[in-house]
Amino acid sequence: MSEQEQIKSQSAETDSVDELILDNPKVDTAKADDLLDQIDAVLEKNAAEFIKGFVQKGGE
Amino acid sequence: MSVKRVMGLESEYGISQPGVAEADPAFLSSLVVHSYANQIYPNLKIRWDYDLETPLRDARGFEASRADADPSLLTDEVSVVNIILTNGARFYVDHAHPEYSSPEVLTPQEAVIWDKAGERIIQQAALLASRSTGSEIFIHKNNTDNKDVSYGTHENYLVDRKLPFAKLVEVLTPFFVTRQIFTGAGRLGVGVGEIEHRFQISQRADFFETLVGLETTMKRPIINTRDEPHADPNLHRRLHVIIGDANLSEVATLLKLGTTSLILGMLEDGFIEDFELNLKDPLTSLKIVSQDLTLTSKLPLKSGKEITALEMQEYFFTKAVAWVNKNESLDPETQEVLYWWEFVLKGLSGDIYKLSNCIDWIAKLKLMNEVKARDNLAWSDPILQMLDLQYADLAPTRSISQLLTRRGSLLRLTEEHAVEDAIKNPPSSTRAWFRGQALLKFPNEIAGASWDSVIFDVGADRPLVRIPTLDPLKGTRVQVEELFNSSSSAADLIMQLGEN
Repeated sequence: MSEQEQIKSQSAETDSVDELILDNPKVDTAKADDLLDQIDAVLEKNAAEFIKGFVQKGGE
Repeated sequence: MSVKRVMGLESEYGISQPGVAEADPAFLSSLVVHSYANQIYPNLKIRWDYDLETPLRDARGFEASRADADPSLLTDEVSVVNIILTNGARFYVDHAHPEYSSPEVLTPQEAVIWDKAGERIIQQAALLASRSTGSEIFIHKNNTDNKDVSYGTHENYLVDRKLPFAKLVEVLTPFFVTRQIFTGAGRLGVGVGEIEHRFQISQRADFFETLVGLETTMKRPIINTRDEPHADPNLHRRLHVIIGDANLSEVATLLKLGTTSLILGMLEDGFIEDFELNLKDPLTSLKIVSQDLTLTSKLPLKSGKEITALEMQEYFFTKAVAWVNKNESLDPETQEVLYWWEFVLKGLSGDIYKLSNCIDWIAKLKLMNEVKARDNLAWSDPILQMLDLQYADLAPTRSISQLLTRRGSLLRLTEEHAVEDAIKNPPSSTRAWFRGQALLKFPNEIAGASWDSVIFDVGADRPLVRIPTLDPLKGTRVQVEELFNSSSSAADLIMQLGEN
């Protein structure tokens, strides 16, 4: 398991849903000076678990 | 000789509630639609009209006034949630996904605007539903869970009934097989069930098994034969296209609808005769094109010759230019589609990464390549799969495609105010304007609506009045705005309609 996967998911640490519902959709990018930094800042940290858990039912 | 025709775009969205083991997607979908319905129509019962003849006998719907009940008690009721929005769209639950069917529009540019408005609507709906469950619901605008399931993004086009369906199948099949080079949304995964960790152009290519058919959920066909025109069946058919990917790029959506409309226009006009580019094996070619990131694979033709996907698209583009040049002047909507079509075909024949600001699969692939190289990752790394998924996440705080758009790395064609306006208001150009305006102006007097009807309930002592809207081009803003302006009530509107 990579170091990044061991970091607990950001969303799991957030107690209330309202904390996630930001009025201002702009990500704080003051510290991120290029695209990959910006992506690192928003990318789900617990990727392995998230991907595994993303199971959909058929549609259409 | 134009891209203009009645069209619409339906999207089934991925839905999940990470961290909640017992989350049921059908229930979550219902809750999402229900929450939005309760916000825009508090305490109203506006039903989808399923039946032309007996509008309410079979009408299914929901009790918006029950919104305050514990969600767990609502499972049965909300499973049939199905509402019409004031922008003319239908917002409902299809199987285990929330689905937004855009209002009928007349141009691909309008289709992009009302599709983007749909993204905002469903994200807002998910936020409202998240609050009521206490755990965030995630919405993804994609087409697969990258395991063994796919869900659809369907296009609809009104087509002249006189055009033989066989002709349509003949020409559209190679067109659809090859258009994915600019409509593909990209997928890090190949296969169904057993997934190889390789990138391919299309989210959908692996889920098609037949050439022509009625099914949409199994044995998916390249050409779908569903034919409910929601218009006069003697004059029109509705071409229901199920092979498209869900696009986040506005250029890709514009091209998907615009180029397809041009092909249909040429077919209706008899401009593509003696077509010789029939693929020998469309289903195999579909997968070959999707998996060939170099765009050099030769697809065998029935004639014995071979052609690349790019060459096939160049044929259609050249043909379309010749067709529209029959006009003395060209409308700007058609010009814009042709501009982008030529732009992407040129780009695809050179350094494809120059198109990373307008084509979804290239934007995605470029990012993956950069992250992969920087962190020395294998293609199987969950981080890269997460990037694939999060590109399509609709939450502004997480969405990679929105992040790219904000920094100008993914082009935007729409004006922000136009998208915001389209969340509430219908397009002016079709009967959706009548439907939406009726809902905006007289919500308390609407019992139900559908694509081809609006049902008014103007009082307990009066019968329901069903206004048919069978012609998609009757009920436009130009035609009925004055009528709405001069109607003081729904009863007044109905009376004036009767007089006209």
